[in-house]
Amino acid sequence: MRYLPLTEADRAAMLKTIGVSSIDALFAEVPAAARLDGLLDLPLAQGEIEVERAISHMAERNIVAGSVPFFIGGGAYRHHVPAAVDHLIQRGEFLTSYTPYQPEISQGTLQYLFEFQTQVALLTSMEVANASLYDGATACAEAVMMANRVTGRKRAVLSGGLHPHYRDVCATYAEFVGFDVVATDPQPGEDESLGQLIDNTTSCVVVQSPDFWGELSDQSELARLCHEKGALLVVVVTEILSLGAVKPPGEMGADIVAAEGQSLGNALNFGGPYLGLFASRDKFVRQMPGRLVGETVDAEGRRGWVLTLSTREQHIRRERATSNICTNSGLCALAFTIHLALLGESGFVRLARLNHAAAVRLAERIERLPAVRLVNHSFFNEFTVRLPCPAAPVVEALAQKRVLGGIPISRLYPDRPELADLLLVAATETATEDDMDRFEQALREVLP
Amino acid sequence: MTAPRFTKDHEWVRLDGDLAVIGITDYAQSQLGDVVYVELPEIGRHIEQGKEAAVVESVKAASDVYAPVSDEVAEINDALAADPAKVNSDPMGEGWFLKVRLADPTQLDQLMDEVAYQHFVEELH
Amino acid sequence: MNDWSQALSLHTPAAAPIAVTFSGNRALQIEERLIFEQDAPGRCGVDLPEPPAFRPCLAGLERRGPVGLPSLSEPQVIRHFTRLSQKNYAIDSGLYPLGSCTMKHNPRLNEKLARLPGLADIHPLQPVSTVRGALELIDTLSRWLKTLTGMPAVALSPGAGAHGELCGIMTIRAALEARGDPRRRVLVPESAHGTNPATAAACGYAVDPVPANAQGRVDRSALERKLGPDVAALMLTNPNTCGLFENEIVEIAAAVHRAGAFFYCDGAKFNAIVGRVRPADLGIDCMHLNLHKTFSTPHGGGGPGSGPVMLAASLAPYAPLPWLVLGQHGLELVEHKAGAAETAIGRLKGFHGQMGMFVRALAYMLSHGADGLRQVAEDAVLNANYLRVLLERDLSLSFPGPCMHEVLFDDRFLKDSSITTLDFAKALIDEGYHPMTMYFPLIVHGAMLIEPTETESKASLDEFAAVVKSLAAAARAADVARFHSAPSLAPRRRLDETAAARKPVLRWLPASPASGAVAAQ
Repeated sequence: MRYLPLTEADRAAMLKTIGVSSIDALFAEVPAAARLDGLLDLPLAQGEIEVERAISHMAERNIVAGSVPFFIGGGAYRHHVPAAVDHLIQRGEFLTSYTPYQPEISQGTLQYLFEFQTQVALLTSMEVANASLYDGATACAEAVMMANRVTGRKRAVLSGGLHPHYRDVCATYAEFVGFDVVATDPQPGEDESLGQLIDNTTSCVVVQSPDFWGELSDQSELARLCHEKGALLVVVVTEILSLGAVKPPGEMGADIVAAEGQSLGNALNFGGPYLGLFASRDKFVRQMPGRLVGETVDAEGRRGWVLTLSTREQHIRRERATSNICTNSGLCALAFTIHLALLGESGFVRLARLNHAAAVRLAERIERLPAVRLVNHSFFNEFTVRLPCPAAPVVEALAQKRVLGGIPISRLYPDRPELADLLLVAATETATEDDMDRFEQALREVLP
Repeated sequence: MTAPRFTKDHEWVRLDGDLAVIGITDYAQSQLGDVVYVELPEIGRHIEQGKEAAVVESVKAASDVYAPVSDEVAEINDALAADPAKVNSDPMGEGWFLKVRLADPTQLDQLMDEVAYQHFVEELH
Repeated sequence: MNDWSQALSLHTPAAAPIAVTFSGNRALQIEERLIFEQDAPGRCGVDLPEPPAFRPCLAGLERRGPVGLPSLSEPQVIRHFTRLSQKNYAIDSGLYPLGSCTMKHNPRLNEKLARLPGLADIHPLQPVSTVRGALELIDTLSRWLKTLTGMPAVALSPGAGAHGELCGIMTIRAALEARGDPRRRVLVPESAHGTNPATAAACGYAVDPVPANAQGRVDRSALERKLGPDVAALMLTNPNTCGLFENEIVEIAAAVHRAGAFFYCDGAKFNAIVGRVRPADLGIDCMHLNLHKTFSTPHGGGGPGSGPVMLAASLAPYAPLPWLVLGQHGLELVEHKAGAAETAIGRLKGFHGQMGMFVRALAYMLSHGADGLRQVAEDAVLNANYLRVLLERDLSLSFPGPCMHEVLFDDRFLKDSSITTLDFAKALIDEGYHPMTMYFPLIVHGAMLIEPTETESKASLDEFAAVVKSLAAAARAADVARFHSAPSLAPRRRLDETAAARKPVLRWLPASPASGAVAAQ
C-alpha cells in the first residue's frame, strides 16, 4: 500500500520492541464480540490508475458548467479563478498544516488569516471580521444567535428575500437552540415592510442584499427602525463580488454581516466546501463565533500573529462557548485572500462591473422574448424572470439542449404554486456573447 | 472601610459605607495568570450570593466570579476595560470589580476573615 | 573559471555565526510585509477587459469611494504567499504528532481528482439529470461509510466534526420528542473534547460531566448512577482522548439503552479501529466521523472539514436534508420535508455538503480498500505503542499498558524542574518537530498527547524518540535555558498572547492617528 511506510520487517521488529507477539494483542481491550477477524465486504486496495478511472467515470456522468452555456447562481457563482490561486493553495505548507495552535511555526497561516479578516472588513465596510465559518448559510444562523446574545432577546425576523437554504438553516437552529423566527413570505418584487414586524422582543432583522431574487435595496431605513427598537440589523450577502459595485452593508447601518465567500477563489464544487464570511461592529467582538487572529509581538519585539480572544470558544468555555465551532474554512479563506490580492482595488471593481454588464445584456435579451417578464427593478449579476409557464420543465428542456439556464424557483419553494413560473438567472464574467445567443435561442425553442 | 471578608471561591468583599466592594483575591489572580478581560454585570442588576456575578479571563481560561453577597449592583469598575492588568497588580485595591448597595450587611458575617482565608489557601497546597 | 582556493582559504572554522542580519531575514526565512503594505495603485494581478458601454441597473446603490484593497502584480502575489507558506510547519515537512488530530499524509491523487471539472465545476442546483455522476459518488461514499461502521444511515451535510455533533444531538432530540419523551441532561465525560459539552448545551441540554476512573476510562459506576429517565444521551469518545479503548463500552451501551437514552460516539478517533471494529457492534446509535482525520482530507490550516454522521435505524428518519434515496429513476435528491422526509430535522447547511471532501475521502478509501484500511488502524496503533515503549522510561506515561493510536504522557517527569509542558513542547519546535497536543485531555496534569499516525516510518519514529529522549535528559539535567528560551530557531520566538488579548488588533489599518482604534471595547 503506497501510503503506508512500515514494512513487514518493521512491523515484526516493532512488535518485538513492544513485547507482544502480534498486533491482535494491542487490540485486546476491544470486547471479543466486537472484534472483526476478517475483512469487511468492500473492494481491496487499488493503484492510482484504477482509482482515477473509477472516479473519472463518475465525473464524466455530469454536465460540466464550463462546457455549456451556464446561467445558474442562487448562492453559488461560477467565476474565473486565476491559475495562481490553485497553485498556491496546494503548497503543502498550507494544504497539510493544522489549525495554527503553535504560532511560532504557523505564521504563514496566521498572517494570511489576518489579511483575510482585513479584506472581509474592507469589503463589507465593517469594523471586524473573523477567520471564516463553514458557509454563508451557517454564518447566517450564527449571526442570528450572536444577535440573540448581544440583545438578550430571542426573536429574529427573516426577510422573504433571504436565500431559502439560509432560512431553512436558521429555522433548524431556532428549533433546537431555542429561539423564534418570524419569516415573511417570499414575494419577489414586493415591498416587505419588515419594519412593522420589529418590536421590543426582536433581536434582529435578517435581510439579504442583493436578495435571493437579485433585487437591490437600501437598508438604511430598516437599520434605523431596528436600532430604534434595540434590535440589530443582520445583512446577508450571497454574492460577495456584488460589493465591488454596490454600496456595502456597513454603510447602510448593518450590525452584523454574514456572507458566502465562494465567489472569490473557490470552485462551484457541487455546493461545498464553501466559505462563511462573518463581520460585525467592534463593540460586539466578544460575542462573535469562530476563530479570530490578532496582531502581537514576539519575545524579540518582532511583529507576529496569534489566535486570540479564544476564551469565547468551545475548547475553553466548553458548554458556555459562543458557538460549538472548532474549525474555520481555512484553505477556502486562503483561496479567497489570494484571488482578492490578485484582483486588487481596480481588478475587483472591474470584475464586478463585468458581471453587472453581462447580467444587463442578458436581461435585455430575455426581456425581448415573448411573454417573458423581468421581475426585478434592479439587480447585480442575477435576476428573476416570470415565464409564461412553469419554469422547472423549461429548465429540464434547456438541459436536454445542453444549456444550464437558471434555477426554477419551484425547486426551492415546491409548495408555492404562485412562484412556479419564476426562473432565477445569473450571468458572470464567464458568460460569452455566444453563450447568451445559445441561451436565448434555446429559450425561444423551449417556451410555448 | 471595614476589613475584607473572603469566600472559598477566592472573592473578597468589604464594606465602604453602605456599599460592599467586591473583587478577587491575590491568590486567585496568581492562579489565573495575566488577566486580559473582565466582564462585569450591568448596574442595577440584582446579584445573588454564590451565583455568577462577573467573568474574569486570562488568555487560556475564563472563570466565573461568584457574588459573595446578594443585592443590587451600584457601581462597576470601568477602568478594568482599558486596563485589566490592574486585577493582577492590585487585586485588593484598584483591581476591584463591583460595588453592591447592601441592605443587609450581616451577610458578611458568614464569610471568612483574613486569617481564616490564609489558612484555607494554605490547605489547598 | 573561478579560483576558489583563495576563498576557501579564508574560511575560519572558529568564526562565530552572526546573530542578527541587516535585512532581518534568516536565509530561507524571509520577513514578509502584509499585502496592504505592498500596495502601489496602478498595478493589477489580473487582466480584465473593460465591458462595452451599458446602462447600469443598480437602483442608485452604486458603491461610492474605494474599497481600500491593495494593488499587486502576479509575481508579487506568488512571492508573498510562497514566503508565508515557508513559515508554516506541515505534514509534508515532518512528523506532526498532534494528538487527537490525526495528522496523516494527504495523498495527492485525492487533490487531483477533487479538481476534475466533472466534480469541481458543477453547480449544486443544476438539474439533477445533469449530475447523476455526483449523486453516484455520494452514494458510493455512503456505502463505504455504512459498511465500515455497520450503521444503516449517514447524514452527509455537516461541514465539520463539530457540526456533525450538532447534527447528531439534534437528531437524538428529535427522536426523543417524537416519542413524547423530551429529556434534560446529556452526560459527557470529563476527558471529552470541548465541542461535546458546547454541542449539548447549544441544543438546550444540561451538561452533566462524568468522571474518569484510575485507568483513564469512564467510571462506569459513576456513569450508571447518573443515568436516569431525564438523560437524553451519553456522548462518549472511543477510543477516548487518553488514547485508550473504553473496554466496558458494551456494558455502557446496554446501560444507556436501559435508561432509554441514546449512545452518541464522538468518532474523531475512528482511525484507531477502522476495519477492525464496527461501531454498530459496540451499541452506538449515532457517531460523527471527521473525513479530515481518518480519511485524510487535508486540514488546510484549519479547514474545510467534513463531518458525516452515522445513524442507527431509530435515528435515520430525523436525518437533516437533503436526503439521497434510491427512487424509481435511480438516485434522487430529496430537498424538502415531504413524504418520508417529513420527519427530517431540516437543513443544517446550504446545498448538499462538502462535495470536495467527499471526493478526496472516497479516493482515499478506494486506494486503501478493505485490506488497506484495516492495515491503517493496525499501523496507527502499532506506531503509537512503539513510541510508548521507546519513551515510557523518559517521560511519564499517564496510564500503563497498551494504548490505541495515540499515547498520553503528563508532566510528572518535569516535576520541580521549572520546565512546563509548554516549555517542553516549544523546545521540540527548535528540534524541527511540531509539538504534541498539550494540556489536553484535562484529566491529567500537563498532558502531552502524541499521535504519530500510520504514515510515519519506523526510522521517523526512531529519530523522533531519540530527540524526545535527549530533551527529557536535558530537562533532568536542569538545562532550563534551552526550554525557557524556546523556540529560538523558529520564524518567531514566543508570541505575547496577553498583549494580543488585552488590546485586540484584528485587522490592518493604514498608519494614521486613528490607527489602533480598532480594538475590542
